[in-house]
Amino acid sequence: MSRPLSPVIVGAGPAGIRAAEALVAAGLRPVLIDEAARGGGQIYRQPPDGGFSRPKTALYGTEAAKADAVHRALDRIRDRVDYRPRTLVWNCESGALDLLRDGVTDTVPYGPLILATGATDRVLPFPGWTLPGVFTLGGSQVALKFQGCAIGRRVAFLGTGPLLYLVACQYLKAGVEVAGVFDTTPQSAQARALPGMLRDPVTLAKGLALVGWLRLHGVPVHHGIRPIAVEGEGRVRALRVRHRADEIAVDCDAVAFGLGLRSETQLADLAGCAFRFDPMDRAWLPVRDAAGRTSVPGLCIAGDGGGIAGADAAELAGERAALAALEDAGLPVDAARAAWLDRRLARVAAFRRALNAAFPFPQDWAATIPDDLMLCRCEGVSAGILRGVGQRGEAREINRAKALTRVGMGRCQGRVCGAAAVELLAGALGVGPGEVGRLRAQPPIKPLPIAATPVQEATP
Amino acid sequence: MTERIHCDVAIVGGGIVGGSAALFLRQMGFSVTLMERDWCGAKASGVNFGGVRRQGRPLEQLPLSQRAHAIWGRLPELLGTDAEYIRSGHLKLARSDADLGSLIAYKERSAGFGLDLEIIAGDAFRRRFPALGDRAVGGSLCPEDGHANPRLVSPAFARAAAARGAILREQTPVDRVWRDGDRFVLVSGDALEVRARVLLNTAGAWSHRIAAAFDEPVPLESLHPNMAVTEPLPRFLDVNIGVEGGGVYGRQVPRGNMVVGGGRGFALDPDRARPQRDAVLTLMRDAAELFPQIAKAYVIRCWTGVEGYTPDRNPIIGPSRTTPNLFHAFGFSGAGFQIGPAVGEALAELVRDGRSTAPLDAFRIDRFPPTP
Ligand SMILES: Cc1cc2nc3c(=O)[nH]c(=O)nc-3n(C[C@H](O)[C@H](O)[C@H](O)COP(=O)(O)OP(=O)(O)OC[C@H]3O[C@@H](n4cnc5c(N)ncnc54)[C@H](O)[C@@H]3O)c2cc1C
Ligand SMILES: Cc1cc2nc3c(=O)[nH]c(=O)nc-3n(C[C@H](O)[C@H](O)[C@H](O)COP(=O)(O)OP(=O)(O)OC[C@H]3O[C@@H](n4cnc5c(N)ncnc54)[C@H](O)[C@@H]3O)c2cc1C
Repeated sequence: MSRPLSPVIVGAGPAGIRAAEALVAAGLRPVLIDEAARGGGQIYRQPPDGGFSRPKTALYGTEAAKADAVHRALDRIRDRVDYRPRTLVWNCESGALDLLRDGVTDTVPYGPLILATGATDRVLPFPGWTLPGVFTLGGSQVALKFQGCAIGRRVAFLGTGPLLYLVACQYLKAGVEVAGVFDTTPQSAQARALPGMLRDPVTLAKGLALVGWLRLHGVPVHHGIRPIAVEGEGRVRALRVRHRADEIAVDCDAVAFGLGLRSETQLADLAGCAFRFDPMDRAWLPVRDAAGRTSVPGLCIAGDGGGIAGADAAELAGERAALAALEDAGLPVDAARAAWLDRRLARVAAFRRALNAAFPFPQDWAATIPDDLMLCRCEGVSAGILRGVGQRGEAREINRAKALTRVGMGRCQGRVCGAAAVELLAGALGVGPGEVGRLRAQPPIKPLPIAATPVQEATP
Repeated sequence: MTERIHCDVAIVGGGIVGGSAALFLRQMGFSVTLMERDWCGAKASGVNFGGVRRQGRPLEQLPLSQRAHAIWGRLPELLGTDAEYIRSGHLKLARSDADLGSLIAYKERSAGFGLDLEIIAGDAFRRRFPALGDRAVGGSLCPEDGHANPRLVSPAFARAAAARGAILREQTPVDRVWRDGDRFVLVSGDALEVRARVLLNTAGAWSHRIAAAFDEPVPLESLHPNMAVTEPLPRFLDVNIGVEGGGVYGRQVPRGNMVVGGGRGFALDPDRARPQRDAVLTLMRDAAELFPQIAKAYVIRCWTGVEGYTPDRNPIIGPSRTTPNLFHAFGFSGAGFQIGPAVGEALAELVRDGRSTAPLDAFRIDRFPPTP
């Protein structure tokens, strides 16, 4: 009889690390794969080894203790997992993952599979968004945390979501001038969401504290704005926004913007998971039960990769998914612990709804995107070209629109422009974003060097 | 039934064959209804390599292929778009003297068909195609062959047909089809019933299901050519490249991306296929060897499609042997994109005249014994 296959976890963020920890506790030796050189995922990303050194309190602020706990969890189990950092998973096919590390490809078959692939920034284009000096919120934070540098000397923050205020504060603390915070959400929305947020008073307090702290330091905070344009020739010079009837302009040399996050679901798609449209995330997400089980037996999804719920939820979901994997493999699990996790996760779901109400996606933004604005940078597709295939009735579905216009066909495979393309096509057709389908994933999910060579089998 | 349509001709399948048949039938004045399960041109016709090539085809396909060549030359007039069609030339490489001998023999055999093949070898080859260096001893150039963007061409045929009055029903699978007196009846769920005097079976790799409904089982196998495309690169290649004896093929599109093909993907289910990992890695290696210009590039996307293959790799085109006014056109075995529009035209002639001016004998369905 052949040995059962090892469990495999993709993603060493809070979700993946907690999942690995729970599997190790049950006596298994999971494979843990991450593209990054060090564990921690997006929020608890660690600076490169031997790079600049800043204390954790400076890097992670109020989250330092949690970051430290997650990093330590990985350190503790390190010799009991098959940890593979700097390794991209570029395909999932017939019960095995395809990896790329240092230009060498390899294949790992999986038994139970836990996808903890996290999320990236969600963006919509606006005039000037392709100017050098415009970054995503997450990207701006990565620059600070990972590379130890700021995206500019005087930075404007634009968009919505908790990261908007968080990153602005982090920049201010790092000694960067913050030209202003421009939130697309009207203040009334945030007030309405308060009751729901009270379910998680700590997070709520943190959020309110951030806004208060920014104001205290003289940073102008504007609500209910819409972007007009980033100005500048070859480099950001100013940001112009509309606020009711007024126009506000601020001088700045960089803009950080983002409209929340979008889940990385390509591997789940390649693995054959069923998807459904999630109106809250305005995205198609893998169907999951409360423990993270998908429609594919043996495959669980944990953390932001299955829907945006934040880092604390990711830790809980990672552990819960691991328990589900153990349960499904017929191994004993601590039922009380599983029930406790379920209760905590149920509370997170309520908080997530409140958070979405507090930072709603600006649904009218896409309609204001001018036709000549670049939508898909990789393939040079403008908003008008995409709208055109919708308006002329040539494409009623996003993959058709992709085939006809090339939107999402380039290097990023729609990771950057996909959300915007869906909004624009739906807008052109006069339907909701859930009615135009989802971009199908194709391998490789990230570019694969032609020169990559298959790993040499070790001779026994 | 929500909708009922009566028409002269019903077409099952809106690939390049069904779409062009609809267009030519409308030009002849027939009323046409085209039913497509997916979107028109979304299957093999929209995802193929994009090679618009006559060179290398079996001689019996060349008359059709020549007619297709003329149609491709009229794309802007027919479709209102050139769909990135370029007569770049198709160069078939010989990597040995024996292969060069085969190319010379093909040139001689196909002499009467007007391909204008040119054999180029040795120093002349290296001077003319410096980008291909010394990786071939020579090649055969078909100067007016070329390539096009399948994602644009194939849907455009169906759209042009619709613009000329064909009724197009997408997302409309033909679930049941039978003969009722002198009419065919096609049904899609409870949404649509079409009654027509003539039925065209252009359902690609799924055509054997339609044929089977008329007691005409055929040996058709689904296979999945493997494709990959790189990020855009500086232009180094104009011609569409094939290799004698098979293996890898490639073309550089106007944006600079290099599209390469070789090997096979696998079926997820009867309707969908995926590239296969070992085939992808082999293709990357072979392509980098043939085109060193891409050795440092990245592959940004791989894909495949579902294509119907016959045992002798020639298509089935022509009247059914069991059912009057039923015509088949399928089984293009990996090479139906270029000849597709001429097959559509031949089908239109069959409908109008009962015969086509293109010789179709080699493609008769009865060359295969009825499979039990
Ligand atoms: C740039 C960025 C900054 C953020 N900053 C904050 C913040 O400051 N505060 C906050 O509360 N929230 C922040 N968030 C949100 C927060 O990251 C998430 O809520 C949390 O990290 C989710 O944890 P996770 O384990 O689900 O995923 P992640 O932490 O995102 O971890 C996923 C991991 O999977 C890896 N991965 C994904 N795909 C592959 C693949 N194909 N092959 C190999 N590895 C792969 C990634 O490298 C990553 O390390 C940020 C998000 C982003 C995108
Ligand atoms: C990856 C790949 C690369 C290729 N490269 C080349 C090349 O370079 N050059 C070349 O000449 N050829 C090439 N070919 C072959 C070429 O693409 C096909 O031969 C050609 O497109 C066939 O056209 P078609 O219209 O018969 O089939 P399809 O395009 O498959 O159209 C058939 C249509 O019928 C529909 N259908 C099926 N059943 C039903 C039903 N019951 N009801 C309603 N609709 C139905 C399908 O959805 C489909 O859209 C390639 C093929 C593939 C897959």
